Amino acid sequence: MTVETIANPKVVVKDLNFYYGNYRALKDINLSIAEKMVTAFIGPSGCGKSTLLRTFNRMYQLYPKQKATGEIILDGANILDPKQDLNMLRAKIGMVFQKPTPFPMSIYDNIAFGVKLYEDLSKHDMEVRVEWALKKAALWTEVKDKLKQSGTGLSGGQQQRLCIARAIAVKPQVLLLDEPTSALDPISTAHIEKLIDELKEDFTIVIVTHNLQQAARVADYTAYMYLGDLVEFGDTPTVFTNPKRKETEDYITGRFG
Amino acid sequence: MPMFSLEARLKRQAVLDMLFRTLTRISAFSVLALLAAIIFSLVVGSMPAIHAFGFGFLTSPEWDPVNDKFGALIPIVGTLITSGIALLIAIPVSFGIAIFLTELSPRILRRPLGIAIELLAGIPSIIYGMWGLFVFVPVFADHVEPWLNDHLGVMPYIGPLFSGPPMGIGILTASIILSIMVIPFITSVMRDVFDVVPTLLKESAYGLGATTWEVMWRIVLPYTKVGVAGGIMLGLGRALGETMAVTFVIGNAHELTKSLLMPGNSISSALANEFTEAVGELYTSSLIELGLILFFITFVVLSIARFMLYKLGQREGQAA
Repeated sequence: MTVETIANPKVVVKDLNFYYGNYRALKDINLSIAEKMVTAFIGPSGCGKSTLLRTFNRMYQLYPKQKATGEIILDGANILDPKQDLNMLRAKIGMVFQKPTPFPMSIYDNIAFGVKLYEDLSKHDMEVRVEWALKKAALWTEVKDKLKQSGTGLSGGQQQRLCIARAIAVKPQVLLLDEPTSALDPISTAHIEKLIDELKEDFTIVIVTHNLQQAARVADYTAYMYLGDLVEFGDTPTVFTNPKRKETEDYITGRFG
Repeated sequence: MPMFSLEARLKRQAVLDMLFRTLTRISAFSVLALLAAIIFSLVVGSMPAIHAFGFGFLTSPEWDPVNDKFGALIPIVGTLITSGIALLIAIPVSFGIAIFLTELSPRILRRPLGIAIELLAGIPSIIYGMWGLFVFVPVFADHVEPWLNDHLGVMPYIGPLFSGPPMGIGILTASIILSIMVIPFITSVMRDVFDVVPTLLKESAYGLGATTWEVMWRIVLPYTKVGVAGGIMLGLGRALGETMAVTFVIGNAHELTKSLLMPGNSISSALANEFTEAVGELYTSSLIELGLILFFITFVVLSIARFMLYKLGQREGQAA
């Protein structure tokens, strides 16, 4: 598999294999995620792109019979090491899902929830943090007058930005976005894409997307996956305009997938 | 010819439809009629007692069949206290079981455990009563109650609750048996509502680094609170009306004591024990009035539950 040499990798994946029971869903994946850049995983359904994303915060560990072998190095330490503390890992690597998942509590508490798991902030400091996160997620002006209202009352696009705010409130280093706009309308999608562009100043972002145009618009690096293999990985312009592999070209030009 | 047969068919269908509609309507209204009839006969039956004792019936601890003096305070208090303690025990235990079944249990254990809990709900209450009297009561009298006497009985404020002779039978024993009986109900409702919480919602909380407990307590429980409250009310409804098991172990004494270890009485237990030996109109009538009161308490509990759920729904609705 092609491994682009990335000058400043935040996460390095080495010989990663993933199994659902006996089924091998990821095959010897090697790639690097550049710091404070956006890396997109693309590929047809079932190619393993979401599976790969979910190894980064070990979400798969909620389910028995799912296991990963190999190494994922973050800041010199192997994430997959059983000794790695899961909660601390998830403080460093935040995640946003396909559908907005506001918690059944107020907008303010939605943001404060994650922060309270790690930090003992005073009331004032918490307010500052909540405001910071909501501003970062470009939601502050829309919700600043209704922080005490339920998060489930927001529109879909607002809910998803709330989820992004909730994830960044913990101040993670890496942000995993699992098809974050697949449940949203085009305007909300544009909002989120603009937001991703702003967020990469502070965070390393990995996004899984079904939408090739989206990958082309937001990602600095793109990985094309197929049936558990990493077929091609490189900087986005090259992958989209001058792919090295025929399979990538077929997928990107719409001849397949 | 075809036109004619179609018309006939349509007509026949209309008639059948009408018949069916009437039938379902009669069935539905017969429930209301039945309910009204029961209330009516309870009220009529308790009229002599109501005339004789008035509101004093509710507040008098006296129960003296020899002198025809009756008051409902002891069974009312007994019913409320046993049900209350039963819930106090059953709610956290059920919550724990439901968490284990939905989140922690290995897949192979889930089914057998779930079935076992449903079977527990299916055991006839008289079996609980017998088991309670022959197995639980001796253990309680020999080991648990002396310990309670020695340790909790000497504490200030709550001491009187746990003092008294360790007889085994009494309010506390009845409460514990009741809690065992309502646990399956509350558990199975909790498990069902926990199961419908979207996986993504839980993953979102786990993804922030929350522990299983934090996910259950802060996310799953608030998300399912309406269903959980419903399950608890279902359990309370069962506890309030439970008769046989309570009769076996509560002691059936018309005495008002501070101690939970002393025998007491509940409404349903008093009814079951005394109806056969009730002689004289006033005695029978007093028992019927007890029944009316139980009916009323259950009705109030269910209404409060309904109202609570309605308010919850409304608040969610406003926020949405």
